[in-house]
Amino acid sequence: MGMELHAESAGCAEMEIAEITDSDLFKLVRHALKSVIQGDPDQYEQLLRVMHPDEGVLPDVALLVTCLKALSGSVSCLDIVHHKSLIASILQMSMWNYGTDVMDALMEFNISLATSSGQYVDLCLEMLVSNFMPPDSFISLLNQPRGILRKGQVIDRVHSTLTYIAKLVPLSPLRLERMITERMPHIFTKEPLILIYVENMLKLESGAIGDLVGRTMLVAIMDKLIDLDVDIAWDDILQEDFTKGIFDMELGDLEWPMDDGQQNGDELQISWMERYFSGNLNAQKLDSLIVLTFEHLNICKESGRLSQVFHTLLQSFQQTVLMAYKSKFAQFVLFYACSLDPENCGRRFADTLFHKFKSSKYPEWRMSAVAYLASYLARAKFLPISFVAEYVESLLEWCSSYCFNQGGSINPKAHKEFYAGCQALMYVLCFRMRSMLAIPRIRSRISKHIEDILRHPLSPLMVCLPSIVEEFLRLAKVTHLDVPDNVVSSNLLESELSMAFGGRERLDTFFPFDPCLLMKSDRFIRPNFVYWSMVRNSYDNDDDDEGTSDEDDIEICTAGNGINIPNDGAARSYDQDLDEFGNKMSKMSITPKVAQWGELQSGRQMPSSLLPCPDSL
Amino acid sequence: MEALKECRANLLVYLHPSNAKNVETAVYRELSSLLFKFNEALDGVVLTYEPKFSSNLARILPGIHPYFGVKLEAKLLLFNPKPEMLLEGEVVKVGQQSIHIVVLGFSSAVIADEDIREDFKYKIKHGKEVFVSRSNKKHRIKVGTTLRFSVKNFDEEILHMCGSLIPDNTGNIQWLETKAEESQAYSITEKRIGNKRAAELLEPDNLVPYKGKLKSENHIKKSKRSKSRDS
Repeated sequence: MGMELHAESAGCAEMEIAEITDSDLFKLVRHALKSVIQGDPDQYEQLLRVMHPDEGVLPDVALLVTCLKALSGSVSCLDIVHHKSLIASILQMSMWNYGTDVMDALMEFNISLATSSGQYVDLCLEMLVSNFMPPDSFISLLNQPRGILRKGQVIDRVHSTLTYIAKLVPLSPLRLERMITERMPHIFTKEPLILIYVENMLKLESGAIGDLVGRTMLVAIMDKLIDLDVDIAWDDILQEDFTKGIFDMELGDLEWPMDDGQQNGDELQISWMERYFSGNLNAQKLDSLIVLTFEHLNICKESGRLSQVFHTLLQSFQQTVLMAYKSKFAQFVLFYACSLDPENCGRRFADTLFHKFKSSKYPEWRMSAVAYLASYLARAKFLPISFVAEYVESLLEWCSSYCFNQGGSINPKAHKEFYAGCQALMYVLCFRMRSMLAIPRIRSRISKHIEDILRHPLSPLMVCLPSIVEEFLRLAKVTHLDVPDNVVSSNLLESELSMAFGGRERLDTFFPFDPCLLMKSDRFIRPNFVYWSMVRNSYDNDDDDEGTSDEDDIEICTAGNGINIPNDGAARSYDQDLDEFGNKMSKMSITPKVAQWGELQSGRQMPSSLLPCPDSL
Repeated sequence: MEALKECRANLLVYLHPSNAKNVETAVYRELSSLLFKFNEALDGVVLTYEPKFSSNLARILPGIHPYFGVKLEAKLLLFNPKPEMLLEGEVVKVGQQSIHIVVLGFSSAVIADEDIREDFKYKIKHGKEVFVSRSNKKHRIKVGTTLRFSVKNFDEEILHMCGSLIPDNTGNIQWLETKAEESQAYSITEKRIGNKRAAELLEPDNLVPYKGKLKSENHIKKSKRSKSRDS
């Protein structure tokens, strides 16, 4: 190493040595460290000034690097009590403020200190974790080339240091994962900071110590998504005109600047976000974090780790998302993971939900699980129709078996799981009726059981959401399915009975995979998503021409190879899709505006995104 | 290796009532929480456990949540290094100022330069850092070496040790064992040589007739006596 130190070096008059070797330097630094313990603080204070120059004095980078390297070789002389100020001044340095030479020297010191004694491990790990995020002054530079370069330099070094420390101190990852979760920024932290922190967590998950800390990272991220999700109340989304109630998320109702050719997609997005999430920055944070997670899932798929990562996500989902009160967005992480590997992840997700529905202890969990299952089966474009048919059959069997074992009359509270199951069945069939009935075996199974279930004295048609019941009966009629037709149309989204079975949580109106209203995330979800407008159009054609034969139906759907929903007959670009984002969302809803419930045209829309009633909020 | 000990502990594990249906799993979960942590009551770090349930009865604690205590006997393997103990581990880093070791795959140890005996000299050979013994150049310490070192202190919080290579019986285990084998072989050879010499002495040519020997000895004695008498 050996270097020349000049007399004019800041605050280093005593260190005037024409040229010193590495060993001389080590001796000098060790002497300074030992002399302060013996009561002579002069040289030690000079060392301190090198690390932490007085205000207005620029640090001498060469001297700083040299001293850090010398200190790295002298860590055995450091005493946590006597050299507290020196250790603190080094560990408080932010790598974001220095060039690569200082960064490297800092990391070398960090490794030496962390591995020299157990008492320094936590301090060094904390220093590294604190460097996950830049100082506030650096935030504005993050989008500039210089900032991006510095970010890469810092993050690479921090992670390689963490990996190296884990190699030398095998138990350090245990402490690291606890530290990272404890220091995770709260939901009100600025978006760039929370994003970069989560980016670091995901890098750890896919890094060399991912096997040790990855699970904790993913769970913590999911928890954060849920924190942000529940912080976005429906009221916030609808704050512009609360009187419009639950249906304002129908984008078609907005004054969408469709005719303004000068506005590009980003501006549309910003405009939309500002309109709906103005004052609620958490929605934007959540959107960005979900996109970050999606991108990570793509990387996992490429590296063949998706199955392993999905296992953790699924566990986290069962513990947090499924239990959260009407989670709105966080569940799309699971949806996207399933879309990347429908055969494996897609099946595991559905299996888990159906198992939860059948065997959970609490009715609310079962209702929530079946709501997820129904919404997933209805909306996942990537699921083969045979796969959906399998679960529809299972739901049919479960409902049929329930009817067989239960007597009595309508009792929404006592049989809430049954009504939830029936509603789920009808909901899935509303979306997949044509495809289902195209398979003769499934058609015969549905025909055999559905009538018994719907005509049972428990009267699911009277209790389930009228909007779904009406749509189901209408489609059944179109597709010549034999179902009771004596239910009186109520023209209502919900009834007292449906509210009763939904309970205080209003799980009767819970459709977890309704269109994702986050614009950045929508880019990932859209290609894998079944919008009601796609389904609706095909039935509308049938409505117009009720004489359509079953053979015609079969032409439209491709059994066993995923749903093949007619999409206006032509391939569409993403931009076109984006332009019609609002229109499509409006078409898929049977949900009427609060102010216009009475005007609802029976059976013309499916629920898009429903809100709990104000009482349950 | 020193620092490992097996013990039998009578434990009382309190479980939440929700675990009543699956007591064994819950007990295993509780015991797992002891792993890789220093436990003062047990005076060591629990590395393995093997519970043995002697009764299916449990004591119920009165309270809002009626926890129940399950008695069991557990066979535990503990790790508790004390100063001066000799431990073995794999060298993971060699530097001029320190040697870093991992013991049993989980506990880290560092030997600072002042704790490395002067016999070892730091060198860089073929781009790799290594400590070579001055007295025997075959005695080397590099990354991947299994090293025996003496414990100086043990941080129970992070399970980190400071070690020493001052004692002569520390260093590269492979070399130490080779040396031990050689010295053992040498001592056996010595013994054999000794035995051989004894056998050679017993060969017929070397044997002195018993009577004659006795006579000669008596003679010597006699002569001594006679000498003393003479004197």
